[in-house]
Amino acid sequence: MQPSSTPTTHGAAHVHHDHEELGFWRKYIFSTDHKVIGIQYGLGGLFFLFFGFCLMMMMRWQLAYPGQPLPFGIGKVLERTMGQVANGGVVSSDLYNMFGAMHGTIMVFMGIVPLAFAAFGNYVVPLQIGAPDMAFPKVNMASFWAFFVGCVIMTVSFFIPGGPAQGGWTSYSPLATILAGQGQTWWIIGMVFLITSSLLGSVNFLATIIQLRAPGMTWMRLPFFVWAQFVTGFLLLLAFPPLEAAAIMQLMDKVAHTSFFIPTGLMISGKLADVSGGGSPLLWQHLFWFLAHPEVYVLILPGMGIVAEILCNNCRKPIWGYKSLVYSVFAIGFLSFIVWAHHMYLTGMGTAISTFFQTTTMIISIPSVIILTVFFITLWGSSIRFTTPMLFVLAFLPMFGIGGLTGLPLGFNFVDLMLHDTYYVIAHFHYVVAPGTIFALFGGIYYWYPKMTGRFMSEFWGKVHFWCSLLFMNLIFQPMFQQGMSGMLRRMSDGGANYSAANPANAGAIGTLSDSLMYSNKIISMAAWCLGLSQIPFIINFFVSIWKGKPITNDNPWDATTLEWQTPTPPPHGNFDKTPTVYRGPYEYSVPGAPRDFTPQTQADHTK
Amino acid sequence: MEIPYTVREREDTGLYNAKLGIWLFLASEVMLFGALFSAYILLRVSSPPGFWPHHVLNVPIGTVNTIVLIVSSVTVVMGWASLKMNQFGKYRIFQAITILCALTFVCVKSYEYYDKFTHYAVMKKDGTVVDGHLVSKDKEKIVLHLNEHPETRVRFLTEGDTTPANEPGIAKGAGPITGGHSEPAPNAHKEAASGESHAGHHEPVTVPMSEVQRMEAYGPWHHTYLAIYFTLTGLHALHVIGGALVIAYIWGPGAKMWKTEPERYTNRVEVSGLFWHFVDLVWIFLFPVLYLL
Repeated sequence: MQPSSTPTTHGAAHVHHDHEELGFWRKYIFSTDHKVIGIQYGLGGLFFLFFGFCLMMMMRWQLAYPGQPLPFGIGKVLERTMGQVANGGVVSSDLYNMFGAMHGTIMVFMGIVPLAFAAFGNYVVPLQIGAPDMAFPKVNMASFWAFFVGCVIMTVSFFIPGGPAQGGWTSYSPLATILAGQGQTWWIIGMVFLITSSLLGSVNFLATIIQLRAPGMTWMRLPFFVWAQFVTGFLLLLAFPPLEAAAIMQLMDKVAHTSFFIPTGLMISGKLADVSGGGSPLLWQHLFWFLAHPEVYVLILPGMGIVAEILCNNCRKPIWGYKSLVYSVFAIGFLSFIVWAHHMYLTGMGTAISTFFQTTTMIISIPSVIILTVFFITLWGSSIRFTTPMLFVLAFLPMFGIGGLTGLPLGFNFVDLMLHDTYYVIAHFHYVVAPGTIFALFGGIYYWYPKMTGRFMSEFWGKVHFWCSLLFMNLIFQPMFQQGMSGMLRRMSDGGANYSAANPANAGAIGTLSDSLMYSNKIISMAAWCLGLSQIPFIINFFVSIWKGKPITNDNPWDATTLEWQTPTPPPHGNFDKTPTVYRGPYEYSVPGAPRDFTPQTQADHTK
Repeated sequence: MEIPYTVREREDTGLYNAKLGIWLFLASEVMLFGALFSAYILLRVSSPPGFWPHHVLNVPIGTVNTIVLIVSSVTVVMGWASLKMNQFGKYRIFQAITILCALTFVCVKSYEYYDKFTHYAVMKKDGTVVDGHLVSKDKEKIVLHLNEHPETRVRFLTEGDTTPANEPGIAKGAGPITGGHSEPAPNAHKEAASGESHAGHHEPVTVPMSEVQRMEAYGPWHHTYLAIYFTLTGLHALHVIGGALVIAYIWGPGAKMWKTEPERYTNRVEVSGLFWHFVDLVWIFLFPVLYLL
């Protein structure tokens, strides 16, 4: 098919014939169209990413300037909304704990997963496999609205008496259960909705990918992004239910006063807890991490899928080792279910079990390295187009590399005993998720934006956004490695000020933090606020480009090969004018003998 | 473009969309119940010796419920097969039996729950325990029918010290369940003793509140066994109710579709039937695990 300009009106006219015109509410709010739902998820995910980041910016103030009220009137607003815990506009330790717990929860379950899996998956996957919609459009809508309800519950929990959950995003029992207030109960109920949303979504994605591939779209012709979403779907499908079970049990502990996670003889404030006892705190951790380690791959695999798409498109050459990628992503998917207890070395599980999980953890790094190597080799000898999406992808590679490699020491239980719960861990997983996944997601937004709106986002402001984000991301997380290796613990709400002051005689020894380390708290905080400012060009660019962006001149503005670029722009309800037929693999760039440097999957003969 | 394979199966997968969807959903359900069963195992193996209750539940009642569910499993298949053979009337009858079985199951389960919520364990200040069904309760006293099978009692974890330092060998010497404090100690009150000795018809036992150290119904808060029992069976009962509602909807108001799209209607019956089989299968595991082991 020629990348001819199919006018938008043509697609719209097509809709008029096939479907009755829907009202505003059915079309944009309670829509069953995968593209609208994808955009709904995307806007929701972006909003909560920013919301979660705002919580962190306030926490960083407390870390840099402990005990001082938040500046620019933010402290006053906080005091008015949160009450006692923000007395005098200061982030108290309790409030710090609340923000910390909610930052993790929001970023993972309401930010990245909705954006990476639900938004991009919903918008792009059916288009890439040549499907008219998801297999179950109504289930898809239900999935979004379950997500919406979960988000509302989580958000409202900030304003209930006693504030939101403060037991950490991991909600370890018995701490999370015995904390005063109802924040944890709200958290659990919110989580049940978010989990339900993910389950409905993953069933839908898997059924769509298995059932609705267009004629000729065989498994080995799937774009890698679809493979990544496929494995992610399985992870969500099988890993989330144990957390749902754990959430039900913790809810029972909170509401029905059971003792699933409460051990015998638990003392609270010097008094024996009024419970039957006999529960196991470790049980919660096992069930939680049985979800939460696959969850790590839920966060990164869609990002890798986006990277593969953008990388090939901008290298103008096929991906090097497509099958290796596919097999690696499957290996990751399988192995991610048997590494969870490497988060629990410090619980005293015993050396035999630790050794098992240490071994599987080392094994899972192999497919991850294969994927990254495939991406790097794909770059070799290509003539790269340095577009904004490509810049984000190029930055993803070393950033994810740093995040992944710094994870290896944590996988060894003898090193982990030292590094556990320090800033080193924070730096490690944020390198994976923040400049890793989030950069891939930004890349994906810049890349698919023309398909969604028919206009490009500004390249100039995109590059400003990229370079500032890259700089400040590294300024934030690089010093944390040093802080962590020097023993700075991750949960101290004053950044370690009291901790250091308590031991002036032992300066230099483990357990005391030097002045330069304490000072780096300020540098990190400044970088975090600058990172916040760096997102302003993106936000403005994102909205202004809907109306003012450079219009595309044809349906395939990036000269791409995959099916989503063979639809009208933006794709109408039902996506394709007629069912596409697929004749070739997803990345046939620069095929010898072809007149152009890309051969779309729908093109039967590459010499035309 | 319309969504393909909503009714007819795709050739290479041999499935229509909804059938694949329900199988995937059931896979996640397996993980959900699997996690709860794992929790059961972990709680049971970590329970102090002699404190994991056995035979608390009424096995004949449980057997009846098991049979009820197995019958419903058969009728749900017969209903679907009838539709396949174009016998709508027979389908209506078979599926009606399925729905009645589901109702029976839920009623029996409610009775069992009621039985547990009216079963009290009272620990007195002298350390002895009175255990039985509630007759009456007010601010001054609690009146109980004594439990005739003390070996089926769910013990407080705080009774009968498991630490050897306090009372050496108490639970160990006398066997796992019936030993120790399930028999009133010599200094126990005489009404408890008389209740134990006269099996069969006996007078209710009255315990003044002033003597009560701790008093609990056999709710989920009393013991982790009861906690996992209520959680597992409660979640299962919700599945039974949900499945029955869907089957009843298809059977009743949803049956209009049989006239317009019989194939799609039959698929709906099949998909709801697959879910129903899963619900039955969970019970097949729950029954031995909670009632017999």
